[in-house]
Amino acid sequence: MGLTLFEKVWNQHSICNLGDGNELLYIDRIFLHERTGSIALKSLEERNLAIRNPLQVFATIDHIVDTFPGRDDETLMPSGSDFIKSLRKSAKQSGINFFDLDNPDQGIVHVVSPEQGIALPGMTYICPDSHTCSLGALGTLAWGVGSTECEHALATNTLIKKKPQLMQINIDGKLPSGVTSKDIVLHLISEFGSNGAKGHAVEFTGSTITDLEIESRLTLCNMAVEFGAVTSLIAPDEKTFSYLENKKFAPKGDDFLTAVKEWGELKSDTEAKFDKIINLNCSNLTPYVTWGTSPHQAVPIDEIIPFSEQLNEHGERKSMNRALEYMDLSEGEAIKGKTIDAAFIGSCTNSRISDLRAAAQVLKNKKVAKGVKAICVPGSSQVKKQAEEEGLDKIFISAGFEWRESGCSMCFFAGGESFGHNERVISTTNRNFENRQGKATRTHLASPETVAASAINGKISKASTGIES
Amino acid sequence: MKPFETFSGIAAPLIRMNIDTDAIIPSREMKSVSKQGLADGLFSDWRYESVESRKENKDFILNQSPFNKATILLSGRNFGCGSSREHAVWALSEWGIKVIIAPSFGSIFYNNCIKNGLLPITLDENKIDLLESFVSIDPLKNQLSVDLASRIISFGTETIEDFPIGTKDRESLINGLDEIEQTLDKISLVNDFETSHKAKNPWL
Ligand code: SF4
Repeated sequence: MGLTLFEKVWNQHSICNLGDGNELLYIDRIFLHERTGSIALKSLEERNLAIRNPLQVFATIDHIVDTFPGRDDETLMPSGSDFIKSLRKSAKQSGINFFDLDNPDQGIVHVVSPEQGIALPGMTYICPDSHTCSLGALGTLAWGVGSTECEHALATNTLIKKKPQLMQINIDGKLPSGVTSKDIVLHLISEFGSNGAKGHAVEFTGSTITDLEIESRLTLCNMAVEFGAVTSLIAPDEKTFSYLENKKFAPKGDDFLTAVKEWGELKSDTEAKFDKIINLNCSNLTPYVTWGTSPHQAVPIDEIIPFSEQLNEHGERKSMNRALEYMDLSEGEAIKGKTIDAAFIGSCTNSRISDLRAAAQVLKNKKVAKGVKAICVPGSSQVKKQAEEEGLDKIFISAGFEWRESGCSMCFFAGGESFGHNERVISTTNRNFENRQGKATRTHLASPETVAASAINGKISKASTGIES
Repeated sequence: MKPFETFSGIAAPLIRMNIDTDAIIPSREMKSVSKQGLADGLFSDWRYESVESRKENKDFILNQSPFNKATILLSGRNFGCGSSREHAVWALSEWGIKVIIAPSFGSIFYNNCIKNGLLPITLDENKIDLLESFVSIDPLKNQLSVDLASRIISFGTETIEDFPIGTKDRESLINGLDEIEQTLDKISLVNDFETSHKAKNPWL
């Protein structure tokens, strides 16, 4: 019988069976951030428990820290600096790898991790953060945990886990130009619901996936949690190997060659069995944008918001009505052309160098529409530096974007900086929940290209045909 | 962790789909590096007319008597989706919720519940409808009782039997076990595994 990629990595980490389907799983890497990691570390200290292997643990500052130029430990969020200082103190005491604010490798946890070769194919990896599933793009078995599980992993290098069900999502077809992996994932979630992969670990396969560059794969896997998945995986291939070569924490020299040989085995066997299979063809896909307050409430940008009578479930209709009220939209309304107040490019979904290049391409020699607040927040200090070397910062700034220090920034409202009451924001982030980017802020999720085009036009617009005068 | 005991309690129907952990406890309510002091921020966007004034919104179910004493929450699909913050569970527990009944849960949230003595029960929508109708008649009198050991919810003269929960999760809840200590008892197994695992993957 063949094995899936998931099963191969899982089996390589299973220490023993604990009965009732539970296994003690070895955890290779743990990544923390100041928001939740500070609490996990403090809680361990209070219990007098040591971190079992500090060198396998990493921490960064991204969530609460401000992203204004010249920032420091003080934050707009009241008491935010407590989280930063607490993490720093625990990190220094315990000797874990720590990307402090002045570290050139600081950034959003899920951006830093692949960039530094911390997440590697075939590893088990956890972080007290739901978008940890992003790292599946490298063939890492990675998932988000709560604080208690994180403490368990820090103290023992293990977690007690039940194997989830397995789902294959096979995506074929050549993506039309201007269509991105963000559009694929919004399409997928809108088709099958925000609960579509509930209880499943997802493996993305197919020619579209093979064609995607690593950073686009990271965007796709990032939103697996928005699809309800436990985690997601993509089999590592030549692109993965060359992406990882020479990364700071990746193996070097002969170790790298040995690693690549082993990583090459990490793919589902042809006879492997999945509990569920979804097939998609993306050759006619168009850019997507959300209209509601859950990522599954999305449509192709040229289409109208659906009519509630098209939804066959009472619960769905109720949540649609609530969402439309919050978003100040109506069923049957066109989503393209809606006036926006702000545009945000950033977050662990779409703030890597390729995202900034794609947005800059649209923004070149253009100006953001009058009255639109436009902000670009690179995902890491490395991304920022690279972008500046390529002159992308100049394109953003001369178009009228603010150019920020790296971090999560206004991906979520933590009591610090936020978008305004009832403001309509088009955003490259991953969650359009009520109040996510600010109190009563109305968020539309889209790709960097769509956000850039919308910023220029002052209304939701498509990049390829988009720049209407 | 406190052992989970059989009890009867007031159930509050908060039937909405996709109640995410941001809604359960908004980020800005997580004010200190601590697992405590979170009940005040529970559902704060819905519970208060304005978050600053803390004036209660009378329309919100948990502000209405007797639901302000609820220990059981009935909800819609995908409860606890979104951010992994365990604060959502800490806030619910601290406020007084012991059981959440929903058609499905966010997977991280579900695990977090188990680790904190909160019981998540997955039931079909029609069964939840049944419970909701029962409760609505007289929420104070029509309490639900939850027996985890035998996996039974009783309401009036009726019961829902064999609600799903993993054996290990059930034992952890009933015995209030601390998993870290349990695993530390087996640490020699981990040590042995690790030696050969690292020999195979020297770049770890
Ligand atoms: S960028 Fe947003 S989604 Fe990503 S880790 Fe930060 S807060 Fe979470």
